[in-house]
Amino acid sequence: MSETFEPKIIAFVCTYCTYAGADLAGTSRLKYAPNVRIIRLPCTGRISPMFILKALQKGADGILISGCHPGDCHFTHGNYHARRRWMVFRSLLDFMGISPERVKFSWISAAEGGKFADLINNVTEDIRKLGPFDQYKELIMETEAPATL
Amino acid sequence: MAKIGVFICHCGENIASKVDCTKLAAAIGEHPGVAVSVEYKYFCSEPGQESVKKAIRDNNLTGVIIAACSPRMHEATFRKVCAEAGLNPYLCEIANIREQCSWVHNDNDMATEKAMDITRSMIEKVKRNNKLQPIEVPVTRRALVIGGGVAGIQAALDIANAGQEVVLVEREPSLGGHMAQLSETFPTLDCSQCILTPRMVEVAQHPKIRLLTYAEVEHVDGFIGNFKVKIRMKSRYVNRDVCTGCGDCMVKCPVKKISSEFDCGLGKRTAIYTPFAQSVPNIPVIDKASCIYFKNGKCKTCMKSCQINAINFDMQDEFIDLDIGAIVVATGFQIQNTAGYGEYGYGKYPDVITGLQFERLATASGPTSGKILRPSDGKEPETVVFIQCAGSRDPSKGVRYCSKICCMYTAKHAMLYAHKVHHGKSHVFYMDIRAAGKGYDEFTRRTIEEDDASYVRGRVSKVWLENGKLMVRGVDTLLGRPVTIPADMVVLATAMVPQPNAKEFAKTIGIAYDEYGYYNEAHLKLRPVESSSAGVFLAGACQSPKDIPDSIAQASASASKVLALFSKETLEREPVVASTNEATCAGCWGCVLACPYNAIEQKDILDRSGRIIKRVASVNPGLCQGCGTCVTFCRSNSIDLAGFTEKQIFAEVMAL
Repeated sequence: MSETFEPKIIAFVCTYCTYAGADLAGTSRLKYAPNVRIIRLPCTGRISPMFILKALQKGADGILISGCHPGDCHFTHGNYHARRRWMVFRSLLDFMGISPERVKFSWISAAEGGKFADLINNVTEDIRKLGPFDQYKELIMETEAPATL
Repeated sequence: MAKIGVFICHCGENIASKVDCTKLAAAIGEHPGVAVSVEYKYFCSEPGQESVKKAIRDNNLTGVIIAACSPRMHEATFRKVCAEAGLNPYLCEIANIREQCSWVHNDNDMATEKAMDITRSMIEKVKRNNKLQPIEVPVTRRALVIGGGVAGIQAALDIANAGQEVVLVEREPSLGGHMAQLSETFPTLDCSQCILTPRMVEVAQHPKIRLLTYAEVEHVDGFIGNFKVKIRMKSRYVNRDVCTGCGDCMVKCPVKKISSEFDCGLGKRTAIYTPFAQSVPNIPVIDKASCIYFKNGKCKTCMKSCQINAINFDMQDEFIDLDIGAIVVATGFQIQNTAGYGEYGYGKYPDVITGLQFERLATASGPTSGKILRPSDGKEPETVVFIQCAGSRDPSKGVRYCSKICCMYTAKHAMLYAHKVHHGKSHVFYMDIRAAGKGYDEFTRRTIEEDDASYVRGRVSKVWLENGKLMVRGVDTLLGRPVTIPADMVVLATAMVPQPNAKEFAKTIGIAYDEYGYYNEAHLKLRPVESSSAGVFLAGACQSPKDIPDSIAQASASASKVLALFSKETLEREPVVASTNEATCAGCWGCVLACPYNAIEQKDILDRSGRIIKRVASVNPGLCQGCGTCVTFCRSNSIDLAGFTEKQIFAEVMAL
């Protein structure tokens, strides 16, 4: 391959910690890979596994979920719910034959701009190594094809 | 049909230097549903805002995207602009192409492409935004202050002096808290009682304050502006309405040798008692566990001695229900149980005492009338060793934090000791001297330089009794050698810890706490007196170890927050709240389990004859904080979060 593969990564983040951390990376003018698109949610507790599946189905090569550190959730428990859900969802992904490596989970506080930039670079690199997520085409076939038959 | 206006801001050079705004505007203009796509140097400026307003009016826009800086920066600004132009403010969204795009990427093409994605995604979201209205909730203008220590007293007086009603609840028979137990206070050596008791009396006499002592908060329901609080009035067995506080009953009570909690075990009290002579209210209570009558049904000496028949042995606990608008939690602290420090011999040697016990010895109203006397034989100690950090900053004993006040009160103790026992010698073992505060460092210097306290930097490993002396074995880390000091008395600067039931009580009120049980503030720096629950504020050492000035400052800050809340008849809140679809809700109550705020209630759906057809979940918008955890929990998609609906988020994902 002459051209390096540029993965498409969708990040679901909470507005109180990680979104603010990403803003801090910006105000600190830290540079990181441009592969991530951020979707802002009130809390990681709001992140439904369906969002992740939908993103993968629409051709995302990787997913990032990030919120407040355990104990720091603005809504007291949301991130714990997210973590528990994630533990179960990981197994489901594995069961479906989607590498859980494509979905990353992390805690970034509003004060961790540098950590956010590093995280994005690392995730981008990891997903790049995994290569393009082509299985989504199969997913589309399974979920959307019958309607077009 | 959607008519979206997209306004792309250059932010001077901040965005335009990395993102090709002209190209972006042209590409976005092609996006379905976009009616206006324009760029400008500064949309947040006056002409910029005006141009947005004009575009909204001229094109009858149904949604607005400002592609600019973070929504945390200017979302409020542009929502206001939309409202002024007649568009519902919640139909405005921000595409963050500065903090999360132009400022963090080097490659212009990549940045432009990313900005397009971000903007498109937000366009798809805003197409699905609903017109929302801020939620209005009424405010009950009555504050509840929990805890009658110095912080609670200050908060109650500040609120009451501003003309608002206050209910002050104190668990003990008297107001005063720990401050009432202290001798003199650092750094001014004001007598603690002299500055506190007038304030206690002021509370009791204030027409706007309802004082409930020997009472506990049993239950808290409701939400900001509208709390329902149940208070248990513990039975005193003394009628508080008729008792004059003459004290005859206490004189006559035959049970006289009960260890006094107020004197930290150094003094004695009777079974019918007030904690201390200056108690407010000056109405005794009967300690049921020690009273002879409650033990074997005979005695009633106090009842016979009472000339106005205030004593009633059949009294039961009473419950009071209150409507409350705001709560100030000022439940204070306890000192750490020293049982974990077997090597210091506390409990084994009577002359090893805590700092609080030393306060009782040093105070004029204490068991020794202010003379420093050893508990064992009542003699004046010639040498006293003070051990700082006897608990604090010791992870092995479970307290990693600094208790903040010990350096100062130990310096004060050494000073008071020097003033009272002129030939005495004091030694202080310390780890670091933390005397940050107005006049604090000067105070500790005075103790060292004028009152000749010898400070030894190091820890104490062991205290043992040898030939009538308490041998204190430690290390002087500055000289690098062990030291052994024969002492007559050892004073431990024990750690401040949360009240033993702090965690349980936090659950009663619904506020967050840390690993130790100190109550968490909403934001350590920016919202230091607000708890995690709206309408509940924190004051004093229940939040973290604090000295008196800090506790009072925080109490006044809490009071001002309460007064700001009470300055309005109704409250306006962001309408980002969940709501349920009653038609599809199956009543599995998964959302009830998920909700951190108990905002989801069960609602009965009745038929015409009033029979229950089914029970469904219903969100109380006053309580809901809008985290959306319930939405993800719901198995039947019957609950959704305004502002972040499933449709909106899926649309965002689909557009990327």
